[in-house]
Amino acid sequence: MKEFMTTKEVVGPLILVTDCGDVGYGEVAEITMPDGQTRHAMVLQTSHDLALLQVFEGTSGINPGTTRVRFTAKPLQIGLTPDMIGRVFDGLGRPKDGGPVPIPKKRVSINGSPLNPVSRAYPNEFISTGISAIDGLNTLVRGQKLPIFSGAGLPHARIAAQIARQATISTGEEFSVVFAALGVTFEEANFFIEGLKATGADARSVLFINLASDPVIERIAIPRMALSCAEYLAFELGYHVLVIMTDMTNYCEALREIGAARREIPGRRGYPGYMYTDLASLYERAGRIRDKKGSITQMPILTMPDDDKTHPIPDLTGYITEGQIMLSRSLERAGVYPPIDVLPSLSRLRDKGIGDGKTREDHADLSSQLFASYARGREARELAVILGESALSPIDVTYVRFAEEFEKRFVSQGEFEDRNITATLELGWELLSILPKAELKRVHKEFLEKYGKA
Amino acid sequence: MGTITRISGPLVEARDLNEAFMYELVKVGEVGLFGEIIEMRSGIVSIQVYEDTETLKPGEPVSCTGVPLSALLGPGLIGSIYDGLQRPLPVLQSKYGDFVARGVIEPALDQSRKWDFVATKTEGQVGEGDIIGTVQETDIVAHKIMIPAGVKGRIEGIKSGEYTITEPIGYVIDGEKKHELKLAQTWPVRISRPVQKRLPPKDPMVTGQRVLDMLFPIAKGGTACVPGPFGSGKTVVQHQLAKWADADIIVYVGCGERGNEMTDVLDEFPKLVDPKTGAPLMNRTVLIANTSNMPVAAREASVFLGATIAQYFRDMGYSVAMMADSTSRWAEAMREISGRLEEMPGEEGFPAYLASRVAGFYERAGQTECIGTPEREGTLSIIGAVSPPGGDLSEPVVQATLRAVKVFWALDSQLAYRRHFPAINWLNSYSLYASEVGPSFDRSVGEGWTKYRQRAMTILDEEARLEEIVRLVGQDALSPKQRLTLEFARSIREDFLQQNAFVAEDTYTSPQKQLMLLTAICELYDGAAGVIETQEQYSALLSNPVREKISRAKMTPEPADGFFAGLMKEIEQALAQIGGMQ
Ligand SMILES: Nc1ncnc2c1ncn2[C@@H]1O[C@H](COP(=O)(O)OP(=O)(O)O)[C@@H](O)[C@H]1O
Ligand SMILES: [Mg+2]
Repeated sequence: MKEFMTTKEVVGPLILVTDCGDVGYGEVAEITMPDGQTRHAMVLQTSHDLALLQVFEGTSGINPGTTRVRFTAKPLQIGLTPDMIGRVFDGLGRPKDGGPVPIPKKRVSINGSPLNPVSRAYPNEFISTGISAIDGLNTLVRGQKLPIFSGAGLPHARIAAQIARQATISTGEEFSVVFAALGVTFEEANFFIEGLKATGADARSVLFINLASDPVIERIAIPRMALSCAEYLAFELGYHVLVIMTDMTNYCEALREIGAARREIPGRRGYPGYMYTDLASLYERAGRIRDKKGSITQMPILTMPDDDKTHPIPDLTGYITEGQIMLSRSLERAGVYPPIDVLPSLSRLRDKGIGDGKTREDHADLSSQLFASYARGREARELAVILGESALSPIDVTYVRFAEEFEKRFVSQGEFEDRNITATLELGWELLSILPKAELKRVHKEFLEKYGKA
Repeated sequence: MGTITRISGPLVEARDLNEAFMYELVKVGEVGLFGEIIEMRSGIVSIQVYEDTETLKPGEPVSCTGVPLSALLGPGLIGSIYDGLQRPLPVLQSKYGDFVARGVIEPALDQSRKWDFVATKTEGQVGEGDIIGTVQETDIVAHKIMIPAGVKGRIEGIKSGEYTITEPIGYVIDGEKKHELKLAQTWPVRISRPVQKRLPPKDPMVTGQRVLDMLFPIAKGGTACVPGPFGSGKTVVQHQLAKWADADIIVYVGCGERGNEMTDVLDEFPKLVDPKTGAPLMNRTVLIANTSNMPVAAREASVFLGATIAQYFRDMGYSVAMMADSTSRWAEAMREISGRLEEMPGEEGFPAYLASRVAGFYERAGQTECIGTPEREGTLSIIGAVSPPGGDLSEPVVQATLRAVKVFWALDSQLAYRRHFPAINWLNSYSLYASEVGPSFDRSVGEGWTKYRQRAMTILDEEARLEEIVRLVGQDALSPKQRLTLEFARSIREDFLQQNAFVAEDTYTSPQKQLMLLTAICELYDGAAGVIETQEQYSALLSNPVREKISRAKMTPEPADGFFAGLMKEIEQALAQIGGMQ
């Protein structure tokens, strides 16, 4: 295959190659450095004799005159085989655990293809995570994409690990975990890996690791590698896959870096205008397919810059995912673990995953009542902070007490405590007994009579 | 045959396409991807490609199709689900598998299915828009077969019978020209279908959603927008309208949103029953799904495809409602293409023509006198969701939309966090149809509609004012009357406005029941305001069981006249009892 030594420009992570004939859009190129080291790049724009490429491993050390570029005529691909299970890979799918390169059974473009909406099966199987704030109020279902919106220093990693450890569905089936680390620290990645090992889940997991010290632009490829692998496990081998991707904020930073190097007109806060579409091409790869056994449940993690949920990264994510689990710094300060703020949290698929035959008939009513009552309690508490408790009506004082108990007993639980759904629901009813019965307008009378506590 | 010169994402440039015209549909590359010409400049044409351009190379061919991007219109539309290019998704699935393949085309309408055509006009002169017969497409939709645009003359050889959409059903003779008539016709999606005359919308479109019908109603032929941050309830509002709005035909466009939301509609609509006709909702619905992971340029086309199909049914004399979720994704698709064309950007990178495109889209709505005979009126209502970044309503798409629409349903994340659904903020939403539609409800549902509506609005405004005071100085500063007002407002919010879309008894409320419910609330609290003097009386009201009964009244199955008659009696008794306490 022909090699070109015609690199003309190097700008940030991009290089421009001339006199290269007709190169395909999205094609991968191999770059040989003067010292013989090889790197990989992908075509971002192409016209006759001119190709703009992003270099995954970065451009440091590239010399326009001596660097050789070879086009492979293929998009970025990943080789797939059942032998990947239990292994660790880097951002370009190369083994990182010292083991041999698995012999692929097939190769696919990491970009995948859009799933036909007609082929989707609506996710509706309840996943028990053992965490009341999730199971009771923001229920996760199999095939959902439910991110954790966190902030720097909040315990998202511990929560995600607890979910990976405890998640089961009613038939007792366990998940295989596909874990993609995007620019996180060695410690954080290691925490996950050790966590998976401790439960033996590593034997049914595949890890893709790009650490903070690894090339930034690889982060563009790594979620796609992980999701292609997840699709293979789920839809060809029949596994139920839980994909954890952390930290999506680092992914978006990498996108922004490329956009800036291309001198694109930026969208909000310097992020590319196509970031919504780009993120959707990842998140929409969760789900179930009619008549296929496996499923992909996604739990992306992102840290909100400045704890600001209107920042483009959480904002665009929330517009695509099927809800969000929002962590709160003030709950964390108050010593609540997991510090999940249930009010801005949401599971859009909850209603199809709960109820008679799935969890319990009263689940929807109960959670709706808990939400409403906690919201009122919180509002009253805020008022009391300004004006003192004496400014509240007697009923609002009761609501404040409810809110406090709710945070202390319902939201709060142990990191290794696996509360089953019945325990969660019973606890919910117990807390509601703090309030007068007439206030419980959101529950059907018959459930109040059957499950309500005196 | 042209040649590709440059590829940048969904934008491809080509040369040597001298015979091409603006907005022509072209096939790009060896695989034959679909694209549309969007700019022509000194020998180079720019093409927005509707499919993924991965592996496409400069030097590959581009061929013209000779037609603009068009919709195929005829029997078989109802119950279909298309992508933004009108490719039938179920057919793509059965032929090419679960993932959408590139470069494949399938006819939008089944070519082999025979339809039972009943001719209603067999002789004489005909012109554009004249109805010449019908096909009973579903149990509730009679598909009117109309003379296509540009065709006029003497009708000949037209017979009732069984036809496919490709077989001639008759002819129109215009001097030398003989035009073959078929059950289906085409229309370029970027051109609005013409009408005889536009009329002001005046009749309410009943949605069964209490906050909409009572406070912020939309008229048949009207336009509305639903802006709100993520999770505030835009999609649920759109789905509720698609389910319960009293339109003859629903066109639902999922534009750049979640795949599962379309699956949800596909699962549910065949099972749900239209309260008006008793037929499955799917039998009046056309779906267009260009989800967020499908190519971005086709997203841009999808809303025009939807509008074209909707206008076609309007032209038959139907009331049609179209929902687009979300128009922001459509605007972003425009922005992405515009950026790649290196056009001069306007605000936030959107193209300078954003506002005119948005206005042009909503202009397709309206109440109209249709072209052709028999004389008929049709309506097309358009409801667009808007997804502003960070929920910021000052951003360009919301602002352009607000200038174009007459109804504003502002979704509020604070209400959504409290699980007050629909999270429509009653203080800043509005409907410019209220003054037309209210009196119409007064006539059709019962006197009192506008009166109680006004009362509810006043109390809600009052509440906002009182809450300000409470925030500053606390509850104690309020007089008993003012506390009563707060209770009144709470009852309106919780017992009337809140409506759970997922509870069978609550998801739809007829206008009759809406009025009875609001009447009961107003009568109780206004009555109480008239009799309560002391703190004891106030407490007696708060603990009176009639309050709890009102709070559960919305769950009463319909018809609920008996229940509400009883409730009104209890209210009267409660007031008499409280009044007699001094
Ligand atoms: N009328 C309603 N009744 C009950 N729940 C609702 C209602 N409207 C919204 N919700 C809740 O809010 C969630 C988000 O609504 P959705 O319409 O998907 O938001 P958006 O489209 O604005 O992101 C839903 O999944 C549902 O749980
Ligand atoms: Mg939505």
